[in-house]
Amino acid sequence: MSLYDVFNISSSAMAAQSTRLNTTASNLANANVDASSPEEAYKARNPVFQTVLEANGGRGVKVAGITESQAQAAPKHDPGNPLADENGYVYSSNVNPVEEMVNMLSASRTYQTNVQVMDTTKQLAMRTLQLGQGQ
Amino acid sequence: MSIINDRLFGIHDDALILQERNLKLRAENIANADTPGYKARVMSFDQAMETALQTKSSSQAGSAGRLTTEDPRQMGGGASSSIREGFSVPDAPALDGNTVDLDKERVGFTEDAMGYQTTLSFLNSRVSGIKKALGGGQ
Repeated sequence: MSLYDVFNISSSAMAAQSTRLNTTASNLANANVDASSPEEAYKARNPVFQTVLEANGGRGVKVAGITESQAQAAPKHDPGNPLADENGYVYSSNVNPVEEMVNMLSASRTYQTNVQVMDTTKQLAMRTLQLGQGQ
Repeated sequence: MSIINDRLFGIHDDALILQERNLKLRAENIANADTPGYKARVMSFDQAMETALQTKSSSQAGSAGRLTTEDPRQMGGGASSSIREGFSVPDAPALDGNTVDLDKERVGFTEDAMGYQTTLSFLNSRVSGIKKALGGGQ
C-alpha cells in the first residue's frame, strides 16, 4: 500500500536532514578552533544526498557520504597563541558561518515539511481504516 | 465478486488507488528536495483515471486479463500501474540540477490530500447507503 511507503520515504528524508543539521552544528561549534598547521585546521563538513530506490519502489534519500571543504584555512598572525608555529601564525577553520546558518534554516525547513507530510499521511491512513464505520 | 465490487464503488476505488499513488509521488519529491540532480516527477491524474477506467471496462467484458507483478518495482497492467509519470518543468532549476519546487510540492500535497479525503467520503457514503438498503431503511 502506497500510503505506508510514504512513511518510509519521509523518514529517510528526515534522517538525511538531521545528518545535515548534525554536520552544521559541528561546523558552527568548530568555526573558531585554531590549529598550528593548515592540515590540522578544522575543515567544514557537508553531507552529500543521493536518491535511493527502496525495496517497495519508493524513491527515498540517503546520505552518500560526508565531504570536507577544500577551501584554504586563513592564517592569522597571533604569536601569543600557544598553538602558533615558528613564524607566529595560527590557522583557523575554513567554516563560513553565514553558509552554515543558511544550511541550518534549509535543513530544518525541509525536516518540518517531511514531518507534516508524515502527519497528513497518518491522518489519511487512519480515516481509510475507519472506512464504512460511520452511519 | 469482482462485478459486485465494481458496481458497489464505481470509479471511487480506482480513484483512491490513484490518489494514493499521487501522494506517494509528492512525498518522494518533498523528500528529495535537497538531492543534487533529482528531477521532480508528476503524474497526469486525468490520463491515469481514463486508463484505469478503460482497463476496468475491458476486464468486465472479460477480454483482457491483468498482468501480475511480483515486485513493487516492476511495471504491471493493473489500474495502479497504468500511471504515466513525467518530469515537471521547473520555473527556476537549481545549479545542482535539482528541479523540486518545495512550495509547489507542499501546495500540491495538500491538494492531493484533500482529493484523497473527498474520494474517501464518497466511498463512505456508498457504504452507508448500501447498509441502509440492506437494513430496509431502518
